[in-house]
Amino acid sequence: MIVPVRDRDGASRAIALVPVDAVGAEERAAFFARRSIKARSKLDLLYLAIRMMDLTTLEGADTEARVRQMCHKALRPAAPALTQALEKIEGFRPIPPVAAVCVYPLLVPVAVKALAGSGVHVASVATSFPAGQVSLKLRLLDVREAVDNGADEIDMVINRGAFLAGEYQQVFDEIAAVREACGSAHLKVILETGELGTLDNVRLASDLAIAAGAHFIKTSTGKIQPAATPPVTLVMLQAIADHHARTGEHIGMKPAGGIRNAKQAIQYLCMLYETLGPDWMSPDLYRFGASALLNDVLRQIFRQYTGRYYYDKGYSLD
Amino acid sequence: MTKTIAKTGLAAGNGAKAVAGLVVDYAPSIESDKIVTIPPRHQLYIGGQWLKPVEGRYFDSINPATLQVLSKVAEATAPDVDAAVRAAKRAYDRTWSKLSGRERGRYLFRIARLIQERARELAVLETLDNGKPIRETRDVDIPLVAAHFFYYAGWADKLGYAVPGAKFAPLGVAGQIIPWNFPLLMAAWKIAPALACGNTVVLKPAEQTPLAALKLVEIFEAAGLPEGVVNIVTGAGATGAALTAHPLVRKIAFTGSTDVGKIIARSVAGSGKKLTLELGGKSAHLIFADAALDQAVEGVVSGIFFNQGHVCCAGSRLLVEESVAARVLDKLKARMRKLRVGNPLDKNTDIGAINSSAELDKIRRLIETGKREGGRYFEPENITLPNTGNFLRPCLFSDVAQADTLCRVEVFGPVLAVSTFRTPAEAIAKANDTPYGLAAGIWSEKGSKVHAVAAQLKAGVVWANTYHKFDPASPFGGYGESGYGREGGRHGLLPYLEVQP
Repeated sequence: MIVPVRDRDGASRAIALVPVDAVGAEERAAFFARRSIKARSKLDLLYLAIRMMDLTTLEGADTEARVRQMCHKALRPAAPALTQALEKIEGFRPIPPVAAVCVYPLLVPVAVKALAGSGVHVASVATSFPAGQVSLKLRLLDVREAVDNGADEIDMVINRGAFLAGEYQQVFDEIAAVREACGSAHLKVILETGELGTLDNVRLASDLAIAAGAHFIKTSTGKIQPAATPPVTLVMLQAIADHHARTGEHIGMKPAGGIRNAKQAIQYLCMLYETLGPDWMSPDLYRFGASALLNDVLRQIFRQYTGRYYYDKGYSLD
Repeated sequence: MTKTIAKTGLAAGNGAKAVAGLVVDYAPSIESDKIVTIPPRHQLYIGGQWLKPVEGRYFDSINPATLQVLSKVAEATAPDVDAAVRAAKRAYDRTWSKLSGRERGRYLFRIARLIQERARELAVLETLDNGKPIRETRDVDIPLVAAHFFYYAGWADKLGYAVPGAKFAPLGVAGQIIPWNFPLLMAAWKIAPALACGNTVVLKPAEQTPLAALKLVEIFEAAGLPEGVVNIVTGAGATGAALTAHPLVRKIAFTGSTDVGKIIARSVAGSGKKLTLELGGKSAHLIFADAALDQAVEGVVSGIFFNQGHVCCAGSRLLVEESVAARVLDKLKARMRKLRVGNPLDKNTDIGAINSSAELDKIRRLIETGKREGGRYFEPENITLPNTGNFLRPCLFSDVAQADTLCRVEVFGPVLAVSTFRTPAEAIAKANDTPYGLAAGIWSEKGSKVHAVAAQLKAGVVWANTYHKFDPASPFGGYGESGYGREGGRHGLLPYLEVQP
């Protein structure tokens, strides 16, 4: 079965409907929880998880000060006392900054200033996040403003209403339009998988987003439950794998929401490694959308070095 | 990993330098073998006692991953087998046949719970003796062993519902001969229904893997099972022959190779003994173009590489619809490169050790035959094998013809034969083109096709959109040279009962 769509320049393209066997996908996704990652491998993956993290604050109550605080955490994830404790350990590797901070468009300039020259990216959720229930014109304006303010990554959410109504052309066109509005900024397309209902839909939405020009596909806004789950993430990775097999292109993946501890993060990384391989084990092609995750990863890094836990108050909030 | 990638990811044109990917090599995560004590020498378990073998001979039980001897095990000869059968007959006459179903069920429930309590110990022992990965013994074998005892414990006082309206009675002494590929699970498949129905048992484990069954004795004793209800005689073919030939044995249950099954069938003929045979297979795994291919590939991997391919119902013949064959092969090869072969006690090992050196030689000979006959050979070149022990890379042959050895002969190892079909009719004809008929798998997202094809496959078990799913409530057994009789479920009770309609 084929879903026909037309490019912006009118050329027709066919997106094959790839069925997903939900039982099998869930079984395979659950398998990665049975991997037992120890020692050096564990430490490597914990460091990688930090480098892949998009620290996010998307609250109505966000303020400039809060965003500045988060940027500090992004640059120096470990609080000073913890850093000093870590530096005493022989063979300690410095804790890297995270990949990006993700904020609303209005707060982009604050983050850009705080992170200037650091290499930490500034991502913004544009397109009238999270519901996306305004006209395309306004959504595109939102994107352009965020990019003009200095965001180099844009997280958009697809039009689930149109998708579920079968208006695939509309979904495709909107993604393509946002991609164009992004200019040189990179586009992460949020499928909001918690609203798509089936893994078949998750697969089709992934294929649509990739065809329409997504650099990354992303599970969730974090505002809807369930957010990222292992089966959903696996199906999206398989869409990326198939696209790579066809075209040689590397599309990125971002599970967001619901990944709260280091153990889960390691399971997601095992899934990534065994589904897409070493090329994707990089913040250029994989991100965790998470806030609570960072401190647990730091906690486990300390334990990995010392065999014990650092005291709870040694970790900064955000 | 120094290669720079990210053609479309966030590095390109983002001002930042592309970050190279990370090669992850999972560090060893070894399950401790301290939990299990293996006696240096095992005697025969007869009438509730450990007895030395009459002829005083012992054989080695070897860990196939290290080739070290785990224990010396008594070799039972005809006089030992005779003593075991007589002990079983005595226990049947004096105690076991006099118990109510509910009382028999209580023993079985107790055994099941004790197996759960000692699951980790049994898993480690099974992995040491057999070579299969700890992940499988821990997550599959031992939980299923307990599940079988629970399931048949429940039947013990409900046998009237298994044969409604008929009179029934136990048979007496059951002789049970089990293989080395699932030592404990096969012991459970045999012992649990036999005891539930009121029979007593003489069990002969495979000479390659007797230790776990002998460990079960501790559990039987802890459960207070009366002496002589289960007897264990260890040894090879001659021991099994003595058991099948014994006149007091009323029922033979055998799981193993088709060759030995034929010998047993001949020896039992005319004796009045009941017989069930669960033998080999060359099971077909069908992938239609409308299948969920990623999940189908997982099913194929589980179908042929689970337990090193030492599975009677392994999906060893893959038949793929031609229009998707190239994609399926690419996915399958990519997936095989991610398999982890090595120390079976490592919790990250996917494929453990081939069970014995003899088996390894046999599989290698068949692989050579496959190469000679012209199938296209593939093995994941990236997999490094341990230096010692019976290890083998998983492999596949594509473009295999129906006439080729690999399409006809059971390899019983991690070797997959792949060929293609164009229509459902061709798929069915090819799937049934085998003397065996144990299992089959179908992958299609189209329900009507799945049902139509399943109905035409001559196999005892047909899995749809999954493979290797076992449940004590589901009967298992084959057609043709895969044997006869069913084990598991209500059907699994019937071979252990005399039923008068």
